[in-house]
Amino acid sequence: MSRSKKSSTFIIAFIGIVISLLWLYPFYLVFINSIKTKAEIFTNTLSWPKNLTLENYPEAFKELEFLYSFFNSFLVTSMSILIIVICSSMAAYALSRNKSKLSSAIYFIFAIAMLIPFQSIMIPLVSIFGNLGMLNRIGLMIMYLGLGCSMAIFLYFGALRGIPTSLDEAAKIDGCNTFQIYWHIILPMLRPTTITVIVLNAIWFWNDYLLPSLVINKEGMYTIPLKTFYFFGEYSKQWHLALAALLIAITPVIVLYIFLQKYIIKGISEGAVK
Amino acid sequence: MRNKSISFWIFLSPCIIALFLVLILPLGMGVYYSFTNWNGQVINDFVGWNNYKNLLKDHQFLYSLWFTAKFSIVSVIGINVIGLAFAVLVTQKLGKLNTIFRTIFFIPNLIGGIILGFIWQFIFLKAFESLADLTGFEFLRGWLSTTETGFWGIVVLFIWQMSGYIMVIYIAFLNNIPGELVEAAAIDGATPWQTFWKIKFPMLAPAFTVSLFLTLSNAFKLYDQNMALTAGGPFSSTEMVAMNIYNTAFKVQQMGYAQAKAIIFLIIISIISVTQIYLTRRREMNL
Repeated sequence: MSRSKKSSTFIIAFIGIVISLLWLYPFYLVFINSIKTKAEIFTNTLSWPKNLTLENYPEAFKELEFLYSFFNSFLVTSMSILIIVICSSMAAYALSRNKSKLSSAIYFIFAIAMLIPFQSIMIPLVSIFGNLGMLNRIGLMIMYLGLGCSMAIFLYFGALRGIPTSLDEAAKIDGCNTFQIYWHIILPMLRPTTITVIVLNAIWFWNDYLLPSLVINKEGMYTIPLKTFYFFGEYSKQWHLALAALLIAITPVIVLYIFLQKYIIKGISEGAVK
Repeated sequence: MRNKSISFWIFLSPCIIALFLVLILPLGMGVYYSFTNWNGQVINDFVGWNNYKNLLKDHQFLYSLWFTAKFSIVSVIGINVIGLAFAVLVTQKLGKLNTIFRTIFFIPNLIGGIILGFIWQFIFLKAFESLADLTGFEFLRGWLSTTETGFWGIVVLFIWQMSGYIMVIYIAFLNNIPGELVEAAAIDGATPWQTFWKIKFPMLAPAFTVSLFLTLSNAFKLYDQNMALTAGGPFSSTEMVAMNIYNTAFKVQQMGYAQAKAIIFLIIISIISVTQIYLTRRREMNL
């Protein structure tokens, strides 16, 4: 490598490091203040704590009822993803293996549905589900299926075009029924798309605030974003607890991201590019 | 699978039922409600176009629209410039640093709007104040207490959140540019700077369409971040359209009127999306 190329690489790396540190700075500030006493946050916001304390954490953990809210978030997110993966891949399979006009029309309706923003149907949606007595977690999962299935069907449909129908036919001759073909042959082959669908929806469901705030009204069922919001309302001037709570709330996501980074980045780019 | 086969309908029914219950039925009812004075409990009157006429005189709603449009334009530009710069940065030959940079830039995207809003509330209220003490820059004082600082606060938050996402899209497109093209340019004596602007940049056109419209519609729909950072304050001056619709419906219980706003919102978002699809298609046909 020539000397000028080496030095330009060095400069680029240096710029990158500076920007990365700047990008992480908000997290750093939240962290160093979460280990200060209530008083010190007001006198010394920017530097490392003089009297380091870990007392904020157990208290915030308790106030957030973190184990419960974590469990609630986990339950809603994982069940919704399971439902959306199964239902959407089945629907996409049916649509891709049926070449009729009716099938194209149904696909077209799903595609159009992707354009509808949530806020434009939010008010009647809450009213309908309220009348059905479905303003609960089951209702929330159905809503996520309705709101998210179009995108998932679209992704699965694209992948299914690459799976030859001769495979279906061979399995049929071997005596598989339609469901067995889907379950044993098609679904495993759709794995890369399934990962994309899981990643995109996991980020959405885990972090969603607006929809759960309209649907879940029992305090014991609050997810992490809901609990954080109400917690913050009560403790808004108590930054020492609030900051510790924020860090507790983001820890599971960051940990998961570090382990599954490869899949997450791949899922995002495939979801966006298609 | 034939139309009449039972399995075709069994495979489709969960999604069709959910789509009908969650989108189609509410949309139909929403259009109807927007012509009534529904208050969430009962509909007393069918009011014709009155809700829509009142919208034109509703200063707060028109202001929210304008504020949202301004916000969207500024943040779309910021996010795409920074996102593209990040993508170029992490596709340089830096070895392991590439992955580390990419990881860091993407992190804010994994965190929900509510939590991001609170993190930045702390930064703007406390850290900025201390930075002002340290540096003497007076513009760092009193953030989120004025319309202007509230506006820029949401912009900064949203750029911080979305740039990493848009970066991933640009990386995908940059990696699709054939290596021979770049090598050929290098052999012809092009500098990296020239290669970027003359070869890569024009080939990124589809990435721009995707990214611009994705950020634009996300900016228009912003709610959680707005709620957690400024809650619309001071005096509803940073209230964006989504929050205006929410407040009209669930705070003052004017459901019919709020639904008329929601229909206008739907039309705006549809125009944005349809324009994107049209532009993408046209480009594909030209190729």
